[in-house]
Amino acid sequence: MKKLIAVLSMLALFAVAGGAGAQDKDKAPEKAAAEAKAEPAKAEAKADAKKEEAKGEEKKEEAKPAPTPNKGDVAWMLTSTALVLMMSVPALALFYGGMVRSKNALSMMMQVFVVFSLVTVLWCIYGYSLAFTEGNAYFGGFDRLFLNGTFDAAKGEFAMAATFSKGVVIPELVFVVFQATFAAITCCLVLGAFAERAKFSAVLLFITLWFTFSYAPIAHMVWFWMGPDAYTDPKLVDELTAKAGLIWQWGALDFAGGTVVHINSGVAGLVGAYVMGKRIGYGKEAMAPHNVTLTMIGAALLWTGWFGFNAGSALEANGTAALAFVNTYLATACAVLSWILGEAIFKGKPSMLGAASGAVAGLVAITPAAGNVGVGGAFVIGLGAGLVCLWGVNGLKKLLGADDSLDVFGVHALGGIFGALMTGIFNSPSLGGPGYVADWVTGKVITAAEYSISGQLWIQFKGVALTFVWSAVVAFICYKIVDLIIGLRVPEEEEREGLDVTSHGEAAYRM
Amino acid sequence: MKLVTAIIKPFKLDEVREALSGIGVQGITVTEVKGFGRQKGHTELYRGAEYVVDFLPKVKIEAAVKTDMLDRVLEAIEKAANTGKIGDGKIFVFDLEKVVRIRTGETDAAAI
Repeated sequence: MKKLIAVLSMLALFAVAGGAGAQDKDKAPEKAAAEAKAEPAKAEAKADAKKEEAKGEEKKEEAKPAPTPNKGDVAWMLTSTALVLMMSVPALALFYGGMVRSKNALSMMMQVFVVFSLVTVLWCIYGYSLAFTEGNAYFGGFDRLFLNGTFDAAKGEFAMAATFSKGVVIPELVFVVFQATFAAITCCLVLGAFAERAKFSAVLLFITLWFTFSYAPIAHMVWFWMGPDAYTDPKLVDELTAKAGLIWQWGALDFAGGTVVHINSGVAGLVGAYVMGKRIGYGKEAMAPHNVTLTMIGAALLWTGWFGFNAGSALEANGTAALAFVNTYLATACAVLSWILGEAIFKGKPSMLGAASGAVAGLVAITPAAGNVGVGGAFVIGLGAGLVCLWGVNGLKKLLGADDSLDVFGVHALGGIFGALMTGIFNSPSLGGPGYVADWVTGKVITAAEYSISGQLWIQFKGVALTFVWSAVVAFICYKIVDLIIGLRVPEEEEREGLDVTSHGEAAYRM
Repeated sequence: MKLVTAIIKPFKLDEVREALSGIGVQGITVTEVKGFGRQKGHTELYRGAEYVVDFLPKVKIEAAVKTDMLDRVLEAIEKAANTGKIGDGKIFVFDLEKVVRIRTGETDAAAI
């Protein structure tokens, strides 16, 4: 109980910090409105001005009104957000819950359920601001503490967030909540690595720290930029790009979170498995999944929810969303087939757990690539991911020697790395990929001739490497801090009896 | 009176119950059990981890019968539960000292 109080007081500290930051309230809404509305208007006004100069006609024209969100886009993004929520609760809770022993089933589900809630709250207090407002190349700022400035009640005005198309916006609140589900599921993914032995209070404190110092900055580094409407003039490009996150500045492509979500969480999980040590009896006692049926249902719901995750990451209901949707669909099916084929060849029998794991491996690998590769790329990434991750949970797992209980590293980090690197290859228009926007002022997409596969691969590698090292270092420090304050593991007796009864006072199954 | 305990393959339960009803056995108790005999276990594979499962699921049947019925009961079970393959199970027979029907207080032969 004492420990829980410690966790709560930590939260209270953040809340106080938030309150202090809220003093800037007067500034923020104006700034938000300025960012959201003036810039697109400026863009169009300038474009118009140019046209008119060329024609040599009237010099002034009325500034066009700020863009209004398209109802289709908003509806799709809200739907996607709900789908991503479904990926954590219940999908990930079932997927993970089925893989632990029956005495720890509720503990696993409870951790996913509560961490999802915790991170959602942190996201709305300071996480969103830290990840998605202007700051430096590593961290955002504090303009949006408590989502300050996203909605002006007095004027009834919503701030708008940029998408990937000029003049197309969605309400910022939609972007906030869509991204909230990403932050929350990333933190839930980590939990599988130290399943069946961690103290509940330690889990909550660790997640709070790691979310703050690894998730938020990596999300900022990979995804924060000034938006397409800001790029109005070639002279501004360098200045605007310098305001974006570091990995974005490098030009790394990560459509829906290969680095931010999967490598980030997988590495934090592996470090956790090392720091916490193996489960009692690991390698001697049977630790078989207690209910692969639940795991199958979880994997199936993940597959469904992932359409929101990947296709939703287009931020609009458009062709890119459709491409991401199809790739997500196809690569997953490919990975199921390649995983069970590998199993049948090397292990003798294709298994349900293998099919479910293959699906998740495919989903993970196609995440950074979803809207960034063509259908051919999805075939290769899907088929490759099944085999790479099958090795990840067999050969690599033995090499690493850690008790990563539910193979968070072998599936998520490895699948994420594979997907991120393959994105650099199959994004190329010469390999059927859509390429990327080379010039945000004109919106011109890179041509096949200009695209350097080796160059992009190197950029992708740098993004992967930075995420890997950052997450590992932050996670290690956070685990050590939590170990000092609360202790990471439950006592041996409690671990033997099972966390359902000893940590939560309930049992998943009654005989 | 005798207590007959038979360990059989789970899918043979219905046939054994029908056979016992057919010869007039009034009631049986069934338990799902695990164990090993000559059949031995099997291995299960979950991702990278391999587990040897020593105990296989079986069904245990218990029936209290009058001594004069014993041979017919044994024959019925043996016939119904037989597949001819390893792992068909075993039958154990015990002497039964006393039987009480809880509702009426009847004892022994009247209670079976």
